[in-house]
Amino acid sequence: MSEHLPALQVVIPLLAAPICLLLRHQATVRALAIGVTFVGFAISLLLIAQVQESGQVIYEFGGWPRPLGIEYAVDLTNAFVLVIVSMIAAVILPIGPGHSQVPEGREYLFYAAFLLCLSGLLGVAITGDVFNIFVFLEITSLATYILIALGRDRRALMAAYTYLIVGTIGATFLLIGIGLLYQMTGTLNIADLALRLEDVKETRTVIVAFGFVMVGISIKLAVLPLHQWLPNAYSFAPPVVSAFLAATATKVAYYLMLRFSFTIFGAAFVFSTLRLNLILTPLSLAAMFIGSIAAIYQTDFKRLLAYSSIAQIGYMTLGLSLNSELGVTAGIVHLFNHALMKGGLFLVAGCIVARLGSSAIEDMRGLGKRMPLTAAALVVAGLGMIGVPGTVGFVSKWVLVSAAIEREYFDVTILILLSSLLALVYVWRLIEVMYMSEAPANAITGEAPAKFLIPAWILVSASVYFGFSTDQTLGIASAAARQLLGGGG
Amino acid sequence: MTPFETFAGLWNYWAVIVLMMIGLYIMISRGNLVKKIMGMNIFQVSVIMLYVSMGKVRGGTAPILIEGAQDVAYSNPLPHVLMLTAIVVGVATTAVGLALAVRIKEAYGTVEEDEIVNLDREGS
Repeated sequence: MSEHLPALQVVIPLLAAPICLLLRHQATVRALAIGVTFVGFAISLLLIAQVQESGQVIYEFGGWPRPLGIEYAVDLTNAFVLVIVSMIAAVILPIGPGHSQVPEGREYLFYAAFLLCLSGLLGVAITGDVFNIFVFLEITSLATYILIALGRDRRALMAAYTYLIVGTIGATFLLIGIGLLYQMTGTLNIADLALRLEDVKETRTVIVAFGFVMVGISIKLAVLPLHQWLPNAYSFAPPVVSAFLAATATKVAYYLMLRFSFTIFGAAFVFSTLRLNLILTPLSLAAMFIGSIAAIYQTDFKRLLAYSSIAQIGYMTLGLSLNSELGVTAGIVHLFNHALMKGGLFLVAGCIVARLGSSAIEDMRGLGKRMPLTAAALVVAGLGMIGVPGTVGFVSKWVLVSAAIEREYFDVTILILLSSLLALVYVWRLIEVMYMSEAPANAITGEAPAKFLIPAWILVSASVYFGFSTDQTLGIASAAARQLLGGGG
Repeated sequence: MTPFETFAGLWNYWAVIVLMMIGLYIMISRGNLVKKIMGMNIFQVSVIMLYVSMGKVRGGTAPILIEGAQDVAYSNPLPHVLMLTAIVVGVATTAVGLALAVRIKEAYGTVEEDEIVNLDREGS
């Protein structure tokens, strides 16, 4: 059984989704979906253990060797992404559709869409075939559009539609890039592509392919000028969905960016020949500032979180653009840390919406007294966003700053620290509203439902735990970075 | 080869580029949500043409083994197969997009983007 783990990781949720549609019985579907996410989490943990032992796990479908067959290639980087995605899914799915537009008795549709989204994300991360990446990406996206459209507000529909148009452009760009690569090399397998691209790298076709691939991924990742879909999608989606997407979807897109820049095209081509860092570094820095400043001016808590996500994506792409082992380590470790913090914060938003019916910051006055546990979770996760020592946010910022110093980019270092101050501003605004202003008269008091509160606290406490015990996350991240930069598959 | 022959010899790529630009332009310029989806379809068709034309071998036949025949040129079947998948993806995306457009029409009473933006502005 253990040799089939890579296939099972994707196949189990993929098959469970239609089964959910057939079963329809609410309690059964719910139990099945929760069971599937927990099994998925267990599989990803077993996989990462296997990978840590052997370096790489290759699974050939139907026994066809590469490049003929499709293979699943798991190394440390994607094993880590698999753990992040399946862990977040296992924490969040038990909440159910939460505060969404799903009518009574139709919850099975939500679970089916959620499981499809999950299997797509896992598939993108695990597969060793570039065309497979496109297909899984589209499975994820289609499920995502549905999930976003479930939001209470009618603006959620428009957000989902915009994301559909923009997301399709992104995925199609990726498809064009893959096509051009296939044209030059005659292969779709990642490891094989990396080998065969060596001879044709300087051709215009490959350079154009690189452009298409990178722009396509950047749309999915919401790198600064291509981020327009993100704030609406995250703020109008149901809180459960925004928590899941913020914690996983952008992470998988970031993984793709790592995979394409380091494994397929190679760091030398990307950073020395094409000088991607000349574009990516300023864009990342701009994202850190524009995202944070926009977050400061938001009047809605979920929208604030969405803009802060754009800033956090800037930290990740900055790590990548530094093109050093430490920089990539910072990017990978921030994937995990940001998933914990932002997932936790969006679940806190879920708590607030579940009790107050809105996520406007104005309505959160006096929350420290009215919903002490929720407010405390927000503060702890918010400290993480600032990067206070003892939280995961500190760990990633520390590594990122050391990476910048190691490269002797002192201006970049200063900018990273300055942008943390901006995070302080928007988190402080929330703290001030919650603890230092009077609750409005006839305010709703009482703690959020446990089904929201418990997952939120699980993620928040994990973000503190991993802030102190950094060996595992940092260890895996730096080993993964070494593996990525070590060249080849 | 004269520049004109080079230009004409790559006509399939020109067709791809023209279709792609038409599709992108419709997606950007049209405010009608249904027309945007039409633009998206044209955009996707251009990619399908790109793949299919890259798998075509001049004078090549369908990739079926011919008994006893030698030196037969076959077209590359793989891009066609990939595009079957991409067509399915495109159909699914179109379906979801149109379904969303129907829901938007129900919620807002219009599928014109500028009217929806106005309605949202008045609402908030």
